[in-house]
Amino acid sequence: MQITVDMNVCESHGQCVFAAPEVFSFDDEDYLVYDAAPPDALRDKVEKAVASCPVRAITISAR
Amino acid sequence: MSATTGRLVIVGASLAGLRAAQALRADGFTGSLTIVGDEPHFPYDRPPLSKRTLTADLVPDNALPMPDGLDARWELGQPAVHLDTQRGAVTLGDGTRLAYDGVLVATGSTARGWHDPRSLPERGVLTLRTRDDALRLRAELPPGHKLVVVGAGFLGGEIAAAARARGVDVTLVEAASQPLERAIGAGPGAYMAELHREAGIDLRTGTTVADFRATGGRLTGVRLSDDSELPADVAVLALGAAPATAWLAGSSLDIGNGVRCDIHLRALTADGAVVPGVVAAGDVARVPHHLAGGAPIVLGHWSNAVEQGTAAAHTLLKPDDPRPFTGVPTFWSDLHDARIRSVGLPALADEVRVHEHDLAGRHLEVGYHRAGKLVGALTVGRTGRLTAYRHQLERDAWRARAATEPHRSPCRSSRS
Repeated sequence: MQITVDMNVCESHGQCVFAAPEVFSFDDEDYLVYDAAPPDALRDKVEKAVASCPVRAITISAR
Repeated sequence: MSATTGRLVIVGASLAGLRAAQALRADGFTGSLTIVGDEPHFPYDRPPLSKRTLTADLVPDNALPMPDGLDARWELGQPAVHLDTQRGAVTLGDGTRLAYDGVLVATGSTARGWHDPRSLPERGVLTLRTRDDALRLRAELPPGHKLVVVGAGFLGGEIAAAARARGVDVTLVEAASQPLERAIGAGPGAYMAELHREAGIDLRTGTTVADFRATGGRLTGVRLSDDSELPADVAVLALGAAPATAWLAGSSLDIGNGVRCDIHLRALTADGAVVPGVVAAGDVARVPHHLAGGAPIVLGHWSNAVEQGTAAAHTLLKPDDPRPFTGVPTFWSDLHDARIRSVGLPALADEVRVHEHDLAGRHLEVGYHRAGKLVGALTVGRTGRLTAYRHQLERDAWRARAATEPHRSPCRSSRS
């Protein structure tokens, strides 16, 4: 699974970090850092992160 | 109704209604689905209305993306005016009668108006709830215009900040001694007050609007309770929201301050009995919450509309396998250049612990406790730190859920 986050759109709401902490986190400056190619086992959590992002910054694409 | 066919009606065409429709189809519902909305628009996102919709050079498109395969019939521009739970029908303003096997109430909320509406000038005093409201307000905010915002809650604060960013002269009037005092506490409220003042907003606290001045039906100013007079070209009332339940009068539902629900989002009568085939979600629903000690509360947050919409759809489709709703609330607000992010229910706190308060660096970290137990947290520029608070609140939610449903393990795998 391949994911991208549009960092021009991201407003650091943190919903993705709540939904999939294995994939998304913040650095000390509140910028989002993420694993762009998480294992497929995390798909449910990543889909939840996509659905919970208030600014729809996250997209999943097939590898 | 079988689990996958029949006629379902969703009343409310905003975020909760759309996410409910999406969840119904994802859960395998193949019957007829009708979505009723009182506004003429397809679902759109409301949070930008008090932010980018007011500040952007071009009015941004805030339509919510339409999920694939929704296959819904849209009844837009018509309010629902009656719910007949005996016969299973929703009546619309134009007399259309929609028979249903199940109905999901997601009519949201309306802006609270002035206590004496007859005293308002015909023009120049606005509220903000819908996209059309936002466009009306936007047209009233040319640089140099004078705006009075009544109420410095989240919405009022955001409107004031957006107008200020456009070069409008803004006065923000708040009855409490700090903005957001009841919602987030006096200390964090003072932080928000400083943000407003730094941006050049004239913040007046501890005072209220006594009356509105007008010439020829058009607002010219306001008089405050401390007798000061403020010239004004436009005023916005940001006095909070009330659940949109008027259309449910005469139904069997308990609609005192929101549609009262059980923890599965099933609507209840005044006697506390479940009304078969009726669920509610989002700003209109009053649902028991573990953080509030099980008391039913209304949550007007974006993430709550998403989570309850999805959960209520599940309950409607699988009445024999309803899941208790134990979501941890989150909300956000953008004030000037500060990103306010919050989890839990800070307003419930009897103790506010400020761990960092750095105005210049735009950092704030506050924990909220009730009887020594964490009930919420709020940060500015420290969203990363919310994760730990959120985990704590989630653990408590699981415990609460396990306590209400002792026959279920929190780790139960989902059945198909």
